Amino acid sequence: MSSESASPADGAEAPRYYSLHEHHPENGTLLGFWLYLMSDCLVFACLFAVYAVLGRNYAGGPTGRELFDLPVVAVNTSLLLLSSITYGFVMLHVQAKRLVPALVWLGITGLLGAGFIYLEMREFAHFIGNGAGPQRSAFLSAFFTLVGTHGLHVTFGIIWLVTLMVQLVTHGLTPANERRLMCLSMFWHFLDVVWIGVFTVVYLMGVLT
Amino acid sequence: MSSEHSGSLGHSGTLREYVTGFALAVTLTAIPFWLVMAHTFGRSSTTAAVILVLASVQIVVHMVYFLHMNTRSEGGWTLLALLFTVMLVVIALSGSIWVMSHLNDNMMPAAMHGMGTMHDMHHMHDMP
Amino acid sequence: MLNHTSLTTLLLGRLTWDALPLHEPIILYTFVGVAAGGIAIFGAITYHRLWGILWRDWITSIDHKRIGIMYIILGLIMLLRGFSDALMMRAQQAVAFGDSAGFLPPHHYDQVFTAHGVIMIFFVAMPLVTGLMNFVVPLQIGARDVAFPFLNNFSFWMTACGAVLVMMSLFVGEFARTGWLALPPLSGIKFSPDVGVDYYIWSLQIAGVGTLLSGINLIATIVKMRAPGMTLMKMPIFTWTALCTNVLIVAAFPVLTAVLALLSLDRYVGTNFFTNELGGNAMMYVNLIWIWGHPEVYILILPAFGVFSEIVSTFCGKRLFGYASMVYATVVITILSYLVWLHHFFTMGSGASVNSFFGITTMIISIPTGAKIFNWLFTMYRGRIRFELPMLWTMGFMFTFTIGGMTGVLLAVPPADFALHNSLFLVAHFHNVIIGGVLFGMLAGINYWFPKAFGFKLDAFWGKCSFWLWLSGFWFAFMPLYVLGLMGVTRRLSHFDDPSLQIWFEIAAFGAALIFLGILCFIIQLVVSFLHREELRDVTGDPWDGRTLEWSTASPPPVYNFAFTPIVHDNDTWADMKKNHYARPQAGFIPIHLPKNTAAGFVIATLSAICGFAVIWHMWLPAAAAFAAMLVAVIVHTFNYDRDTHLSADEVRKIEGSRTALLAGHV
Repeated sequence: MSSESASPADGAEAPRYYSLHEHHPENGTLLGFWLYLMSDCLVFACLFAVYAVLGRNYAGGPTGRELFDLPVVAVNTSLLLLSSITYGFVMLHVQAKRLVPALVWLGITGLLGAGFIYLEMREFAHFIGNGAGPQRSAFLSAFFTLVGTHGLHVTFGIIWLVTLMVQLVTHGLTPANERRLMCLSMFWHFLDVVWIGVFTVVYLMGVLT
Repeated sequence: MSSEHSGSLGHSGTLREYVTGFALAVTLTAIPFWLVMAHTFGRSSTTAAVILVLASVQIVVHMVYFLHMNTRSEGGWTLLALLFTVMLVVIALSGSIWVMSHLNDNMMPAAMHGMGTMHDMHHMHDMP
Repeated sequence: MLNHTSLTTLLLGRLTWDALPLHEPIILYTFVGVAAGGIAIFGAITYHRLWGILWRDWITSIDHKRIGIMYIILGLIMLLRGFSDALMMRAQQAVAFGDSAGFLPPHHYDQVFTAHGVIMIFFVAMPLVTGLMNFVVPLQIGARDVAFPFLNNFSFWMTACGAVLVMMSLFVGEFARTGWLALPPLSGIKFSPDVGVDYYIWSLQIAGVGTLLSGINLIATIVKMRAPGMTLMKMPIFTWTALCTNVLIVAAFPVLTAVLALLSLDRYVGTNFFTNELGGNAMMYVNLIWIWGHPEVYILILPAFGVFSEIVSTFCGKRLFGYASMVYATVVITILSYLVWLHHFFTMGSGASVNSFFGITTMIISIPTGAKIFNWLFTMYRGRIRFELPMLWTMGFMFTFTIGGMTGVLLAVPPADFALHNSLFLVAHFHNVIIGGVLFGMLAGINYWFPKAFGFKLDAFWGKCSFWLWLSGFWFAFMPLYVLGLMGVTRRLSHFDDPSLQIWFEIAAFGAALIFLGILCFIIQLVVSFLHREELRDVTGDPWDGRTLEWSTASPPPVYNFAFTPIVHDNDTWADMKKNHYARPQAGFIPIHLPKNTAAGFVIATLSAICGFAVIWHMWLPAAAAFAAMLVAVIVHTFNYDRDTHLSADEVRKIEGSRTALLAGHV
């Protein structure tokens, strides 16, 4: 290895093996968060697999047909779907740099999510009160775990949403906050995607047999 | 140190996309609920198959209209990651169902009398 | 109203004085030894006033090089614990025949083999592999650090806290007695009501979070942060294997997380996923855990393959033969590893059609691995081979691993597996591939990259002693197990009736003793190398005439790795640069942005360990408090927007200047 100096200031052509300028690698946050969502997909896939295998093991206890109240599920589904488009409105305002409308639609999204969780908790309490808790049978264990894990994710999403609202008020629409909003957007839509699977496989098909 | 590119995740939504996606999603949700609640098809297996297909379509709608999934985002890596994940989900789900249903057929009590001396439950016999 | 007893229960759960091993001499003496050692180390650090440096430069460091070194230190320390378990098993099995019950009753023996497996896989192999990838990959791709440096620090501390929980189980309470996969119903609440399985679950869940985040981190790093000009097919082969390994991690660990969560629900809430009654199905656990478990072993071996590829091309002075086919083989292995998992439970009863499918896929997956071996051999052919330590480990690997792989193909035949499942033949097979493949690979990698990390080579003499003792020790320890397995001896037994088997176990114990000496020689190697570091000093940064970018930096590299981002034109970038008389820049330096150190990762991980311990012992109030504290700590951390600092051009010039002086003085 020679160690002669090759000062770039003497008008020579750009060095072949290194860059004289600061190199900014692309930000990896969105890709990284997407990869995390893919891993979360696999967690849900496992829970769906368990539900597929154990979901008809009623152990002489209540079945889906007896328990599920489809109109309530329809309301729940609508709340979540609405919250997806309200978050879409959030992102449109963020792109246009309108902070206050973005905060308003964030708040509405959070409230819709909270409504979803409230209805779900009521459903769970109702089942448990009627002796159809997660311990009753493998079917109910799988039901509570799959639906409950989704609900837990929505809950964490709401906590994240509130935190982000505070951070938007204190720091404004900085690039970092915009990235966080995009991550929450991906998270929120992804939860709606999982819910499509849940209401189809658990509730609708559970009533069909 | 950030450099956002066009086509990166979450950046290319328009009002029209969101509204279209929403309308499609509502339709694709209402139909399955109606099919099940109104007992439209005679056989429940038909209903099940139809609503599963509709669910898959709605997932794609969400991916395209809400998550802005395309081949350009993150240089194609998000789509690659998604396809790889979908492949694994299919393998895990179908593999598990295949394996477990065969296990059930062979190993559940009703089948035991035909199995002779096959008591090969290794993981059950080493108890303290 | 809360009376005194229920408040005590909320605070202390089922933790009582009985949890301490006051009546078990072996554990008691171990605790005294560990405590004495710990006090000595703490005392030495305090006496030399090193706490500040330890906190600033290591514990809160977000530098991938420091974190990589800490992972490897963790792995090596846990190797001592896991190997002690191995010595105990070999000793017990060598003497416990007929009337002699040995010195380990089944209650303890079962914990020993469970801990041995859990520790070796999760707290030795995984940290060693993760540590190597962490240290090497950013340097090989010309980057300054990984994509998410804070997350990297957090991942390490989560792994370390998982290890701490496992070690605590030795002194407070007990460990699981279920084998390293904790199959139900044995691991369910009915048959294992004590804390053992809970220690297992929570240490793995905590470490698992660290591993998953690390996987995401390294994928994003490799995808986003390669130096300009480094296309995917110009990456070093170790980086390729690291990419595939981390894809496997992100794709497999969620399954482990889910399955362990379901088991913990069965234990804590009384659900019926894997119970014998009310519709549970324990076989589903076996199915799911192996959907994780098979990709896991490829997570362990692929980085080792990457290490060997780098070493073979370096020490034969040639480009790796068949770079493209190596890449394709690695990708094919990654995908196929998801199609073989049932071969771990052919005997569970899925029947001929299912068994045939998975038997065939298992045989197919051996083909790309075979292609790799041929590529290494072809690289060596007509090369100028230098038999330095890394190359010795590589050749030991090629011989040992190939035989282990062949026994794997044998086991892939379902009818054969019906006789050999859960026998000592299986135990010999997986130790053959894990020791011959993963461990030899990690020791090769440590010997190879040690000078880069610390600035001086490892002593060759003690290293060769260690190598030959490991190699011979392995064969003496595990050949008898192949024989015993073929004779029908089952695994995990602590006592035997047939005296004719004893000689084989005695030979195996001899092998374990040789390995013990090998580990001793490795420790001596480290000490001697440190004492002789001036004679072993690596001044140039390129002690092996390496071919990839990490060898262009100083040994050890400066905090920013590269003063100027490299521009890549060809594979084996550094070899290309040397061939074209690359001139190292000595002026015109620019300020460099760097992330700041942070205590947040250490704090959050410690809180999660406290939460885990509390949940294990049913101490609900402390558990809830620790969990809430974790949440608060995470949210507080997100309010920290001030995460960057920078090194001025002047400071860079000083650091590079001292390297220039060093190089000039060396000539």
